[in-house]
Amino acid sequence: MREDQLRELIGRVRRGSLSRRGFIRRMAAVGFTAPMCTQLLALYGISPASAQSVPPYRPSRRGGGQLKILYWQAPTLLNPHFATGTKDQDASRVFYEPLAGWAADGTLHPVLAAEIPTVDNKGLAEDGRSVTWKLKRGVKWHDGQEFTADDVVFNWEYARNPAVAAVTSGSYRDVNVVKVDDYTVRVEFPRPTPFWADAFVAATGQLIPKHLFQDFAGANSRDAPTNLRPVGTGAYRFVSFAPGDTVRAEANPNYHLPNRPFFDQLEIKGGGDAVSAARAVLQTGDFDFAWNLQVDDETLRRLEGAGRGRVNIVEGGNIEHIQLNATDPNREVDGERSHISTQHPAFRDPAVRQAMALLLDRASIQEFIYGRTGPATPNFLNAPPRFRSPNLRMEFNVDRANQILDQAGWARGRDGIRQKDGARLRFVFQTSVNAPRQRTQQIYQQAARRAGIEIEIKSVVASVFFSSDIANPDTYGKFYADMQMYTTTMPQADPGRFMNQFVSWEIAQKANNWSGRNIVRWRNEEYDRIYREAEQELDPVKRAALFIRMNDLIVSSNHIIPVVQRPLVSGSAINLRPVLSGWDITLWLLSDWYREI
Amino acid sequence: MTQYLIRRLLLAIPSLLGISVILFTVLALAPGDPFEELATNPAVPPEVRLQLRASLGLDDPIHVRYLAWLTAMLRGEWGFSFVSRVDVDQLILQRLPTTLIVIGSSQIVALMIALPVGILAATRPYSTFDKIANTLAFVGFSLPTFFTGLLFILFFSIYLDWLPFVYRTRIEATGLAWFWEHVKQTIMPVMVLGLFQGAAWTRFVRSAVLDVIRLDYVTTARAKGLHERVVITKHVVRNAMIPVVTLVALQMPIVFGGAIVTEQIFRVPGIGSLLISAILANDTPVIMAVTFVFACLVVFFNLVADILYGWLDPRISYR
Repeated sequence: MREDQLRELIGRVRRGSLSRRGFIRRMAAVGFTAPMCTQLLALYGISPASAQSVPPYRPSRRGGGQLKILYWQAPTLLNPHFATGTKDQDASRVFYEPLAGWAADGTLHPVLAAEIPTVDNKGLAEDGRSVTWKLKRGVKWHDGQEFTADDVVFNWEYARNPAVAAVTSGSYRDVNVVKVDDYTVRVEFPRPTPFWADAFVAATGQLIPKHLFQDFAGANSRDAPTNLRPVGTGAYRFVSFAPGDTVRAEANPNYHLPNRPFFDQLEIKGGGDAVSAARAVLQTGDFDFAWNLQVDDETLRRLEGAGRGRVNIVEGGNIEHIQLNATDPNREVDGERSHISTQHPAFRDPAVRQAMALLLDRASIQEFIYGRTGPATPNFLNAPPRFRSPNLRMEFNVDRANQILDQAGWARGRDGIRQKDGARLRFVFQTSVNAPRQRTQQIYQQAARRAGIEIEIKSVVASVFFSSDIANPDTYGKFYADMQMYTTTMPQADPGRFMNQFVSWEIAQKANNWSGRNIVRWRNEEYDRIYREAEQELDPVKRAALFIRMNDLIVSSNHIIPVVQRPLVSGSAINLRPVLSGWDITLWLLSDWYREI
Repeated sequence: MTQYLIRRLLLAIPSLLGISVILFTVLALAPGDPFEELATNPAVPPEVRLQLRASLGLDDPIHVRYLAWLTAMLRGEWGFSFVSRVDVDQLILQRLPTTLIVIGSSQIVALMIALPVGILAATRPYSTFDKIANTLAFVGFSLPTFFTGLLFILFFSIYLDWLPFVYRTRIEATGLAWFWEHVKQTIMPVMVLGLFQGAAWTRFVRSAVLDVIRLDYVTTARAKGLHERVVITKHVVRNAMIPVVTLVALQMPIVFGGAIVTEQIFRVPGIGSLLISAILANDTPVIMAVTFVFACLVVFFNLVADILYGWLDPRISYR
């Protein structure tokens, strides 16, 4: 289906000459999924009458007792601008709120904003160069001060100041923020920006109060007493905090939404391991909610059998994938292996890469290793649904792999390993130490052996593999191996920042201390060009098509072989109603959690 | 005596310096990066990470960092946690009470098991009681704490559903209910550690007492017609305690250091769990502070043990 046809259909729905259902049926016929269609329509302001991105909040009163949450990694600090991981962002989110958050379907949900800016309500500029946020009135900080536009502007100044070294600075350094009046701010972009919902949104958008932080907005930022005793606008207010152990909070009686929060007290206990956290929620019921249960599905099912809790699986964009190095990891150029001027002796042949993709048995990996916690996928970019490519299939076929290699002239040697022109199909395959990953490596190794390819398995401790230590040769960023496997996270519902990991100017190399995002070191002019185009493209349909094209380019190059999606897995007590989203942090809408009685 | 003390304390300084140099070098050479999570997060620009590294002095050469650490330590500044962005002493003080309660009471439990059982077993060697005590002691210290810990959880928390297996520092109840809740959650980690330690010590006490009980002066005491209880408590045990005191004194730093594995299993927020999470997060200042305090305590308790010898055995003199 071409873009103009799509546009015409959407226009017909808008004018009323085609029903929503008719639209979805036609789209399904050409391979588009129903959620994708709904989202395409929503982008044009056509949404079903009952559209609800967030489940309804039912309680009519407060006083729900205690809510006990278990994190197997303990929060270590409570300033969202310093949060080193999701655990810290979540703990901060109990107290601090952003202007808006991302709901499970990848749409924005207002929190401290009065409404979500759109072109229709004049929030979004037609030229894509600014967005105007209207703030909710009557919101008070926990100490009674009024929340105003000054606080919002202050957060921008605070986060972009290099002396503060805020981890959120990426969202703020390139924009300009202007106070329009006490309850309106305008975010201005240097060029037309299709993804405008970054500053002041979701995890990195949590707002801290100006009146308590303004004296600590420089190199002394770490001395602020409020770093450990937060005063926010959230549904719960601070009681006590022991870094690396427990966060305690109580209901905020002046919260800006009616009947919320439901619970009187809140406790987030940290530490331990994922399996016993699952046990404490699902089996013994000592806790109400457990975060990020990286536990194999079999165990989860068994624990769920106790009937005290259930497992929540929320789709996000995280993807476990295998990279085939585009450069040669065994040749050193200027003191650097996997140098960009080299080519991998075997993977430069598309036939070898295609064979490698055919040898990955994703269906078995899903069935026997990940279960519900890892659906197999042919795409690198899987979500939100409007960006998912309908064009790719996954196939496991050893015979075809053999055939392709034979045709390409890779003949088996005496030891059964194929070779051609002195290059042997013998690859070092590295990943981090993690049981499912090692099992995946073995499955891949066995299949490859049947096609005359020898895979040498290597596993590196996660704290080394994922480190940015420039002295260490085993980091994933250096990629001094032929192949590697890990999960790339997608923290936002927009793929702009996610898909930049294959553009040529992001290539990881010595010059940028291997901090570049393009670790597979793949280069493609068309990809670069359409990525640039997508950066400027304001039309959402056109933009979605560009990202789908990018996904197809990188995946069909076979330098990237997607393995499974990694949805977010959590456990909750059977009567708890948490509101979760794969596009925001776990506690993104804690104010709406309640217990059914 | 005073002279001896001063000499010993002066001798401790070079050894502590040596320890700190080794610790610091090993930690500096160890792979890893405290801002690893930032590195894998595409939303965080790499400059932020580089800026953070620079501001915390991570890019300086090792000797510069060591000297900075040493001068700060001498001024009483323990360092600044990379991960929590608070002073390390604050972190340690926050966790000290829990550690002292849990590990301290487990050591007391261990002593309360080891002393009576060990002495009783030694006074009746190869009796049925001795054999049972011996067997149980072997079982006790052959089973690692992570195994008994899990076993306890499976049995008492999951099968019987009596005890909670997540330790919580703050409990809402007051008075007796508060105390009871605390006992309920401490009893499993305390018993796991106490039984393990107690089993090892029982064997030790038994052999120490056996060594002494055969000596001639004990026979003399008995021949004098002293009551058996007096012979054991006044003559045998006091002399047998010398090696036991060394052992126990050298174990005392562990009370501070916490029990890494057990704390992790029961989620006890003690120093041990602080240390392990600091190691996993490459939070060097915290690791450095905890291990260094640990080293100081080992040196200190060595001294205490030496002094206790003199009290137990007046023949030992200090020169």
